[in-house]
Amino acid sequence: MFAYIIRRLLFAIPILIGVNLITFALFFMVNTPDDMARAQLGAKQTTPEMIQSWKTEHGYDKPLFFNSESTGLSKISDTLFVEQSLKLFVFDFGQSDSGRQISADIYERMWPSLAIALPTFMIGLITNIALALLIVLFRGSVLDTATMMVAVAIMSISGLFYIIAGQVVFSKVWHWVPISGYEGGWEGIKFLILPILIGVFAGLGGGIRWYRSLFLEEINKDYVRTARAKGLSEIKVLFGHVLQNGLLPILTGVVVVIPTLFMGSLIMESFFGIPGLGSYTIDAINAQDFSIVKAMVFLGSVLYIVGLILTDISYTYFDPRVRLQ
Amino acid sequence: MLNGFRLQSFLRCGVYSVILVVTALLSGCQSGLWNQPYSTQQIESPTLFSSFSSPPKHLDPVVSYSSNEASILGQIYEPPLQYHYLKRPYELEPLTLTTMPKIRYLDAGGNPVTDESAAVYSEYHLTLKPGIRFQPHPAFVTTTSGEQKYANLSDAQLEKIHEISDFNETATRELEASDYVYAIKRMALRQNHSPILDTMNHYIVGLKDFSDTVSSACQSEMDGTTSFKQHFFDLNRFQIKGVQVVDKYNFTIRINGRYPQFKYWLAMNFFAPIAWEVDRFYKQPGLVEKNLTLDTSPVGTGPYMLAENNPNKRMRLLANPNFHKEYYPESGLAEGADPALLQDAGKRLPLVKEVIYSLEKENVPSWNKFLQGYYDASGVSSDSFDQAVAVTASGGMQLTDEMKQKDIQFLNVIQPTIMYLGFNMADPVVGGYSEKQRKLRQALSIAINYEEYISIFLNGRGVAAQGPIPPGIFGYSEGEEGINPYISEWHNGVLQRKSMVAAKKLLAEAGYPDGRQPDGSALTLYFDTPATGPDSKSMLNWYRKQFEKLGIQLVIRATDYNRFQDKVRGAKAQMFVWGWNADYPDPENFLFLLYGGNAVINTNGSGINSANYDNPEFNRLFERIKTMDNTPERLRLIKEMVQIAQKDAPWVWGFYPKSLALYHGWYHNVWPNPLANNTIKYKRVDFETRLEKQKEWNQPVMWPLLILFLVVFGSIYPLVRAYRSRQGSVVLTNKSTEGEA
Repeated sequence: MFAYIIRRLLFAIPILIGVNLITFALFFMVNTPDDMARAQLGAKQTTPEMIQSWKTEHGYDKPLFFNSESTGLSKISDTLFVEQSLKLFVFDFGQSDSGRQISADIYERMWPSLAIALPTFMIGLITNIALALLIVLFRGSVLDTATMMVAVAIMSISGLFYIIAGQVVFSKVWHWVPISGYEGGWEGIKFLILPILIGVFAGLGGGIRWYRSLFLEEINKDYVRTARAKGLSEIKVLFGHVLQNGLLPILTGVVVVIPTLFMGSLIMESFFGIPGLGSYTIDAINAQDFSIVKAMVFLGSVLYIVGLILTDISYTYFDPRVRLQ
Repeated sequence: MLNGFRLQSFLRCGVYSVILVVTALLSGCQSGLWNQPYSTQQIESPTLFSSFSSPPKHLDPVVSYSSNEASILGQIYEPPLQYHYLKRPYELEPLTLTTMPKIRYLDAGGNPVTDESAAVYSEYHLTLKPGIRFQPHPAFVTTTSGEQKYANLSDAQLEKIHEISDFNETATRELEASDYVYAIKRMALRQNHSPILDTMNHYIVGLKDFSDTVSSACQSEMDGTTSFKQHFFDLNRFQIKGVQVVDKYNFTIRINGRYPQFKYWLAMNFFAPIAWEVDRFYKQPGLVEKNLTLDTSPVGTGPYMLAENNPNKRMRLLANPNFHKEYYPESGLAEGADPALLQDAGKRLPLVKEVIYSLEKENVPSWNKFLQGYYDASGVSSDSFDQAVAVTASGGMQLTDEMKQKDIQFLNVIQPTIMYLGFNMADPVVGGYSEKQRKLRQALSIAINYEEYISIFLNGRGVAAQGPIPPGIFGYSEGEEGINPYISEWHNGVLQRKSMVAAKKLLAEAGYPDGRQPDGSALTLYFDTPATGPDSKSMLNWYRKQFEKLGIQLVIRATDYNRFQDKVRGAKAQMFVWGWNADYPDPENFLFLLYGGNAVINTNGSGINSANYDNPEFNRLFERIKTMDNTPERLRLIKEMVQIAQKDAPWVWGFYPKSLALYHGWYHNVWPNPLANNTIKYKRVDFETRLEKQKEWNQPVMWPLLILFLVVFGSIYPLVRAYRSRQGSVVLTNKSTEGEA
């Protein structure tokens, strides 16, 4: 397995270079270094001297991919792409174009994102699976039909509606929790309850329908019939056998998400005033802060690759037939 | 893993989960109200609660140039002058100075001259009040030998430092004239990217040479091996020819020629003092890596100090224990102002001991928290406008009954800002200075009905402009005297836009009868805009409709902001909408937007005259008024300039926006001053009333919780029954099958 992981990590290098290349090309197709300088320096009183000085200090006065004025290898190495990309591979994200340390910002903002994303993910997963199994238990009944109708309705409504409706009902009308805000530690629980509940609820429709279909596929298989024949109750059959065998497709969709959880949720964090990473990238795109954009895209790619590797590893634990070579 | 699972235990888990959630809910609110977003201690103290919608990018006073940053910095730093809080029109007064700067006029040899017009230099002499001290800060802590104690932090020391409050010791020192001079030197260092450096290079004697010298010296010192953020460049080794420290409390600034507006710059944060020790302290790599820099952790002499800076969550200001003696003004109440504004006259400032700004990116939570009493004041977004404000038949505004019941007050003030639609005067169709070209622009100025725009898109929050100078600025004329005779008329004491008949007549005289060109085809004009989102569609359609009234086709060229700026700077846009927010209350700060010397076409794109208006007579008058004091003669010349501009119509005079602020009855001394940023020190909060109201408005509603419990527990029994009956039915079916077999 170790050799497999090493091989996968080595495969990741060209993927990351490719992602980086695309990020550079796309960003500079839309923004010029002059535009970036103006965005940072402000529109008022900005002179060509100030723009040039800013570009020189931030290294944006260099060519993007090919430096025709240099000689030898410097034609490639003395470029914006190489200078800024190399540091990424040792996770040295440097400073944002506005002067803040990106690593420090990520470290500070990932915890609030995790504080919402992790409980939402865990509670959501458990709730979705439990409810899906419950519905499979009552399959074909009025409860099954009604739940599926409600699930479709939940899926059809925008997540933004749940956020605003939740804030209005639970915070404004019933005064149960603060509308927005964030604190660390136990004091922060009251700020997290509502976004977590809304996050879980908004994911219920799709989750229940997906897991229900997975479990229904399992329910008519031979091992289930055998389990019933042994005299096991339906609950034991579902939670003890069907769930275990249905885990493999669940893992495919779930494990890959785990490393990216700390990247946060843009809308949820924005409405609930959570100081997480959700808006970090989009704010950077709006502010034309390339240093943050490239760092976050790179980090996102790395985490996704890690997620895929973890998924493969998890298969070996849950399915003895799978072996990584 | 799930073996041995029972229905009862599953249900028990559900019940426990609900109990856990409720317990957690209650534990988070052990004291105070369930939905209060602050600690009880903060709520029960004279703390001001406010919000901000976009995180401040820069808190370094030589870099910061946006209003959201100034609202924080203004409380921390003290430039030499400030605007009087109550007086209108705006009036400067000393802040850290003993008196207003004394100005001497000098000839080329530096000798005083009596004839101001013959002055080659103006010398501003500034004298500081003694005894002003910086806020407590570790940068001022010294060892017994007088060295900075925390100037060379070791890795072991840095490990324990995450914010400035983690330092064991703090100290202070007295504000000196050299601190103001050091701030100007920092401004001149090109690597700091001060937005006003190139403007000040024209005015402050020797600043350009100083800037070139220190910037290249700094670059050489760094030699590409270190980042500027982590490199302390000792500016004390260099001197600016025109900026001299006379002694501990006195310094002079020498200006080229006469520039009366310079005094307004002295009220801005760019000229706030910086202690060199602080600059040196924050250049330590270990602190920079933790985002502890002068750009994130300001150090000043003002009424407040930044105790917490998380631009993505909260900014917290605490009263500066070293703040010098300053008192609430005892006079200067503007005409028509509420006399209650003098209730705190003579009291020592600041009146509020703590200010908490929370980040609120969305309007919904921000507005609702204001209604719950958790923010002391709020703006009014278009979403909440109808809930807050009722527009009367006469166009006036008043609070709705809901707001009045909560004892919410409101202030409505015209901003020193103008939004305009600019014609590119270099364009062959809409530009030019011939009579016909002028009439085309005048016709369009009548047709584009900004009163309607204000009503539809701004909920009445604006005043249609008649010229470039907004109300409250010297040179603005009210009433009949102030009308633009080319687009408006005065009827029975009321200003009215001219009729479309007049506009069509002008258009015909311009050579486009019914919007047709000489060859009979429809006249097509082009409007460049960065407004590309779906929200802008109705606004762009409205513009199209205004041009259609004259039979003119309008082509909208929507693009991203970068391309839009490029087009305007390259004089490639035919028409565009732009705005200007005053830096200081002087007409020069608006008229220079129309000065030919500032035209983008004459300045390789760096000028601020985006319309490329270049009228020699206007230019000549501008050269005269820009160095004059506010005398009747200056007023006469300004009116003449405005008339020239009104006739040429390089802009469709758009509107002066109004800001609408709501605040609770417990929030006192609220008086709008769009040019002053340091006004928090005058505000007062009656926190006991606030607490009472918060309790009244935020009692948790319990009945839904009861229903929730009933629904949860009520659904358990039918589920259990259904499950048992289902299990039973399976057994029965199996038996019957066996029997059949």
